[in-house]
Amino acid sequence: MTTIGSVDNGVNVQALLDAREALKGSPEAAQFTWRATTRWENGVHTTTTVKDFFGLGAEQTHKARSTFTADHPDVFAAEDNGITPIEYLLVGLTSCLTAGVASVAQNRGIQLRSVEATVEGAHDIRGILGADSDVRNGYNGITVSFSIDADASTEDIEALVAQSQKRSAVFDALTNPTDVTVKVV
Amino acid sequence: MTAGEVAEFIDRFAESSRAPVRPHTTVTSLRRTDDGYQVDTDQGGLRCDTVVIASGACNLPVVPAWSGAVPDSVTQLTPFDYRGPAQLADGPVLVVGASATGVQLAAEIQRSGRQVTLATGEHVRMPRTYRGRDVLWWMDASGVWDQRHDEVPDLTRARRLGSPQLVGTDERTTLDLNALTDLGVELVGRASTVRDHELLFSGGLRNVVALADLKQDRLLTGFDEWATRTGVDGDVKPVERFETTRVAASPRLRLDLRGIRTVLWATGFRADYSWLDTPVAGQVVDGKGQLRHDGGVVDSPGLYALGLPVLRRRRSTYIHGIEDDAREVVGHLAGHLGTGQ
Repeated sequence: MTTIGSVDNGVNVQALLDAREALKGSPEAAQFTWRATTRWENGVHTTTTVKDFFGLGAEQTHKARSTFTADHPDVFAAEDNGITPIEYLLVGLTSCLTAGVASVAQNRGIQLRSVEATVEGAHDIRGILGADSDVRNGYNGITVSFSIDADASTEDIEALVAQSQKRSAVFDALTNPTDVTVKVV
Repeated sequence: MTAGEVAEFIDRFAESSRAPVRPHTTVTSLRRTDDGYQVDTDQGGLRCDTVVIASGACNLPVVPAWSGAVPDSVTQLTPFDYRGPAQLADGPVLVVGASATGVQLAAEIQRSGRQVTLATGEHVRMPRTYRGRDVLWWMDASGVWDQRHDEVPDLTRARRLGSPQLVGTDERTTLDLNALTDLGVELVGRASTVRDHELLFSGGLRNVVALADLKQDRLLTGFDEWATRTGVDGDVKPVERFETTRVAASPRLRLDLRGIRTVLWATGFRADYSWLDTPVAGQVVDGKGQLRHDGGVVDSPGLYALGLPVLRRRRSTYIHGIEDDAREVVGHLAGHLGTGQ
């Protein structure tokens, strides 16, 4: 594990920096394809599995297959076998931002003791119900609150959080439009 | 008919009906009195037992709330401001909205030599002619326009639907998104917001064009079934289907507005009921500024509406839809006068 001084947040920053240098000269190896397969169970209950992906010019495999159950809660007259799909977006956002905080802190020589992100998404469900066509289907706004205990000034901690947004894949995917193709095969 | 011909037609109707038309008169307020309504105009007042509001659904252009974030270097126009491409600065133009107004202006401006980008949300695609007949002939003959307001599955949506992508020309050409692409117009997704001098477009362009293609095919299939059922198959040309809407491999998702000279908001219109006195408006205008009515009967005794989208049937949206609507609404109005309520 590469550390800067005695700082160790568990992030192998050197490997990331090496990868950045190596991929500068070979953009084709930097092209990744992430995949998931969702199977309908019953009602609005689905199971999504994630195992393989493509990257560094070859098929890759996670150490283990991950399974994600999605459903709707009781108040939507569903069985609540799992969280709702739009909650998975929040899971993606804060896990990405928190990973970013750890990486940036490691790179900047800041020792973290604890990091907790709380996220809230404001959602007017009249959109998805078709009750009001002026209401969008997605979130009206998302608020992430970080509580960070670290050997750093408040300013430095705020800079960590800002930089983690700047390099976050999920933050970008949520805040900028993405071309989406949905087809029947 | 051209706009001028329609105006002449109405002038002739005013003469032949000998109705006491008061031209060049603006109604400034309408309020309820003990036994009817008081209407004030810039030419004096009127005492009325009953009032029919026929001021239309397109009094004001609607623009997104975030249009204020467009940089000052860009000239913003609505269809109310626009007269022709000659008034536009040379250089690229963004047209927002792909209903009838948006597609017609996009074509006209692109032909003037200015590069047009067309932001496209949900829209209604229609061929100008189908099986040799005008598509409006089909709408009329097959009974689509006769569908009553209380039979329309989603009346709110039907009343808010943008105008079909149609243009009236001598050549009866179809002006769909493929025709615009052929002219050189760049299609992008629905305009969602402005951020840091950039306009961001939805990544859902493929979905809105697929929806419009599917709905067009469903409409045409309905025409075909009607033609077979009623035996007019032989009177019209063979069944045809149209090319699906082409979308670039990677549609643009953002546009630097500093490189654009003009944004034209073809994002719809709304009715203006600000001239209704507050107690009346509070009772008959909903939270979105739309008149509440049941087939033209407004929930205020003696107050009626005509000439609104899908007022009593789909035909109501168009000018010739007034005939049946007027007969029924006036029937109710006469009944109201008869009972002395």
